[in-house]
Amino acid sequence: MTAKVVITGIGVATPNGLGVDDYWAATRVGKNAIGPVTRFDAAQYPSKLAGEIHDFTAEDHLPSRLIPQTDRMTRLALVAADCAFEDAGVKPGDIPEFDMGVVTASASGGFEFGQNELKKLWGQGSQYVSAYQSFAWFYAVNSGQISIRNGMRGPSGVVVSDQAGGLDAIAQARRQIRKGSKLIFSGGFDASICPWGWVAQLAGGLMSTDENPERAYLPFDTDANGYVPGEGGALLILEDAEAARGRGATNIYGEIAGYGATFDPKPGSGREPGLRRAIEAALADAGLTAGDIDVVFADAAGTPELDRVEADAISAVFGPGGVPVTAPKTMTGRLYSGAAPVDVVAAVLAMREGLIPPTTNVTLSPEYDIDLVTGSARTAPVRAALVLARGYGGFNSAVVVRAAD
Amino acid sequence: MSQEFTIDDLKRILLEGAGADEGVDLDSDILDTDFEELGYESLALLETGGRIEREYGISFDDDTLAENRTPRALVATVNALLKDAVGV
Repeated sequence: MTAKVVITGIGVATPNGLGVDDYWAATRVGKNAIGPVTRFDAAQYPSKLAGEIHDFTAEDHLPSRLIPQTDRMTRLALVAADCAFEDAGVKPGDIPEFDMGVVTASASGGFEFGQNELKKLWGQGSQYVSAYQSFAWFYAVNSGQISIRNGMRGPSGVVVSDQAGGLDAIAQARRQIRKGSKLIFSGGFDASICPWGWVAQLAGGLMSTDENPERAYLPFDTDANGYVPGEGGALLILEDAEAARGRGATNIYGEIAGYGATFDPKPGSGREPGLRRAIEAALADAGLTAGDIDVVFADAAGTPELDRVEADAISAVFGPGGVPVTAPKTMTGRLYSGAAPVDVVAAVLAMREGLIPPTTNVTLSPEYDIDLVTGSARTAPVRAALVLARGYGGFNSAVVVRAAD
Repeated sequence: MSQEFTIDDLKRILLEGAGADEGVDLDSDILDTDFEELGYESLALLETGGRIEREYGISFDDDTLAENRTPRALVATVNALLKDAVGV
């Protein structure tokens, strides 16, 4: 059974916007949200910049019962879930509890919560560690907390494949709807701008050490020198297209039309990386050809080797300069599992307005023959978009989003 | 003189460690209401128990929290333990 699966509600929280309207107003004009780390003192670390969410107070949105047991990423996800329900015009009780599920992605888990409890363990003793450490750090905790808060007891889970996970979770949600679930929440949130999260990411060796917010994260630029981390993500409500129309859904943003995922060959094998095959698989799954795609939202790793792999894969499928490519994440930094769901949001909003948001701060290197949308947004009809995401260690995922009508 | 543990101490520690459910008023008469009805599951009670032990320098048995299902029972148990501690 290959029912059409559509996005009917969105909750988004990024460094440059809380909620769909704020996020898009900032993104369409290229508003930068990368700045010095303020959540902890980063002076002694080699990387000092991040995309932080500054105007979020969890206590304004969530009951006090949830505050002592949640990491920041979970608080953001719970509030985004509330917004997505409202956006979709559905209340948690409207649909039978076993027909609704939650499939999110997580790259880090609740690092800030975990760090605080480890500090208590080593600084004060085991009796000071919160009982909630048992789950608050855990990768699956966002799915679990959203499920409990909203009474969603259908198929649920978590996908852990770094940045690619944001798309892998959406694909898994689509499978569950095709198997008969009525409504699945999907997407991802990460927020680990704390010393423990920082050193874990620094160990990967791919973080930028530039201290100029406009020069630190420059994918596809001659001066590309790593990425800047950010916090946030997006949650999407996915439903069967017919069922959504049947209940009178008013926001049908777009269809999750195709998905492909591959894993890179062993390093040093000399074989081609897996990204091109993931793109081709997603196009085939959507029943589209390269010429049908109006824009590509790039993974945009920001390191020369990885940018090269991505530019080569895009050019191989679409031809040199064959499709507009953009990376609005240059405004926010890389949001780990939250990045690709945010790009899916950007893709459907690009369709709605007929406007491709820009890749900021970047001057395209002559090394790459892609049509990168730099400087400011580009007006263009968008009917189908390809979103790419890669995860540390070789994950490649691609999703095709198509206008729903 | 032994320290006394009151319902207000318990409410303060519940709020610090586990917060309060929407729709539950801890300032109403809760002395004989089951913790579960007040929205506190086993993990919330474990956290609350740990905080009481730390603050008052006492130790619960493994089943203290399972056996004392209401604020009145838990307050009484804590006070008994405090009295024993002074008596030693």
